[in-house]
Amino acid sequence: MDTLVKPENLVYVRPQAFTEFPTHYCPGCTHGVAHRLVAEVLDEMNLTERTIGVAPVGCSVFAYNYFDCDFVEAAHGRAPAMATGMKRVLPDRIVFTYQGDGDLASIGMAEIMHAAARGENITVIFINNAIYGMTGGQMAPTSLPGMKTTSSPLGRDVETQGFPIRMAEILANMDGAGYIARRSLHDPGNIRKAKKAIRTAFETQVRGLGFSMVELLSTCPTNWGVSPIEALKWVEEHMVPAYPLGDYKVAPQIAEIK
Amino acid sequence: MARELLKGNEAIAEAAVRAGLEGYFGYPITPQTEILEHLSRRLPELGRAFVQAESEVAAINMVYGAACTGARVMSTSSSPGVSLMMEGISYIMGTEIPVVLVNVMRGGPGLGNIAPSQSDYNQAVHGGGHGDYSPIVLAPSTVQEAIDMMVLSFDLAERYRTVCMVIADGSIGQMMEPAELPEMRPVQRKDWEWATNGAMGRKRRILTSIYIDPPDEEVTNLRIFKRWMEVQANEVRYKEYYLDDADYVVVGFGTAGRVALSAVRAARQDGIKVGLLRPVTVSPFPYAALDELSKRVQAFLVVEMNMGQMLNDVQLATKGRVPVEFYGRPGGVVPFPDEIYDEIQRIATTELQIEADPRHAWYQRMITRVTRVK
Repeated sequence: MDTLVKPENLVYVRPQAFTEFPTHYCPGCTHGVAHRLVAEVLDEMNLTERTIGVAPVGCSVFAYNYFDCDFVEAAHGRAPAMATGMKRVLPDRIVFTYQGDGDLASIGMAEIMHAAARGENITVIFINNAIYGMTGGQMAPTSLPGMKTTSSPLGRDVETQGFPIRMAEILANMDGAGYIARRSLHDPGNIRKAKKAIRTAFETQVRGLGFSMVELLSTCPTNWGVSPIEALKWVEEHMVPAYPLGDYKVAPQIAEIK
Repeated sequence: MARELLKGNEAIAEAAVRAGLEGYFGYPITPQTEILEHLSRRLPELGRAFVQAESEVAAINMVYGAACTGARVMSTSSSPGVSLMMEGISYIMGTEIPVVLVNVMRGGPGLGNIAPSQSDYNQAVHGGGHGDYSPIVLAPSTVQEAIDMMVLSFDLAERYRTVCMVIADGSIGQMMEPAELPEMRPVQRKDWEWATNGAMGRKRRILTSIYIDPPDEEVTNLRIFKRWMEVQANEVRYKEYYLDDADYVVVGFGTAGRVALSAVRAARQDGIKVGLLRPVTVSPFPYAALDELSKRVQAFLVVEMNMGQMLNDVQLATKGRVPVEFYGRPGGVVPFPDEIYDEIQRIATTELQIEADPRHAWYQRMITRVTRVK
């Protein structure tokens, strides 16, 4: 056993910014990947001790259990408002929210838009899996046209149920935004790019360059009714075309550090 | 500090600043907007936080977040805006953190009007948000009392880790009268053992109102209630006027209590043995004081600027021993002392019944007074 744990053999270690708490996420869900990327960035930037996280309502409602930093739990959609309050009275702390698509793009639309418009110096990790996971698979504001959910059983009919909302594109139009990007978590290459974007978002905040948000295209195998591998493929084939990946807003000072 | 001629809303705002307010988050709504306006200038010049939020929903959640760090923070609004804050108030009470709020009440329900009212008594005192909780609620009757309550509110909110709400009606907010502001207290952020302000050199902290396991929530409900019993034991405040030999007792809070005092004085001059009990804390409510009074007086008259809300608490306190009569002016109408004087005289000269809902008889009297009622 001793030979296995030698530093030169170490290929995987739990990030320092994680607690030992086992997560409650379904097998194959990419929340775990997104959590890990945030934790790795907090470790690499040595931010954990001065970071305060804001958990949302949705599948990641218990995110506060998994990060080894101070955390608060917001009401549904209000995480950017809570983060605003904390950052305004503690401007030298790092404040981030972690929100799903129902939380951020439906009930919390006012709070996210105005936090971006005010240029609140906070970081938002936005998980877009096109469905309400926690409540059991209802239509989300980001559900794709024709997508079957428990509240759009015949498929999302855009005539009566509206069109998907592209948050990265919308928030990029806010003058207060410093860095807005969309990445995907469906394969290792994209996961590496996602981590780089998360790093850039936290760098934006550390440098006081305004609002930063990374939208992460994610899976929900349980509520999509597919295997984890099929779910990753579905992201690649259906979500990426509908939600193009890329940087949507990069403030000039951010472009220099990228 | 010298006495100055001060407008209620501005005095409330400045008193909060001097009590050590570190952050304010609010939204414009009449008749409390001068609080927001005053703080929009005052807090930035002191290097403290001010945000005009996009809504009262956002404002209360900004206050919620800022309060989690242990900072002294506040929001203010008026009736429809406070309705929007109810979600956040429930979360704040469930998270057990201190927040100060002011409701400069106006006529309702709905959009109502912008005239002085007390129709949010039940919302403030008996909940409004979901779940089991009781906030501390203070009701000023003068600008001076509103000033003093702002200082007290922060201390009470922190001592009991609770929402402390000051319910003033629009007339307190809008009127000017001589009052004295407190000395400027330095901002002293305490490093509370619960505050989420960055886990530097200590174990991380979590602030949440979620207790997914029902037994955990039950224990939390009981813990919150235990703290509430301490509030009830220690923080009941009320003012007594002419009660020593009173046969009749008027009960009114805020502006209604102040107008009632004029009527009580006039009735005393005319030889009627009437006194006034004016609750200063409407939550915790002075149940015990009213209970004692009910053992030696002949009747109570509850006067409110609403349809009879505190009335139920007076009935609860007096246990049906003697008649409890009601006189109210709802809708943003402020009663004149003459109206209350007439009611005092009626009570002192009429044989009264103990009624379950005294508002029925009041309604019959009202429709003769308010000629537009059909």
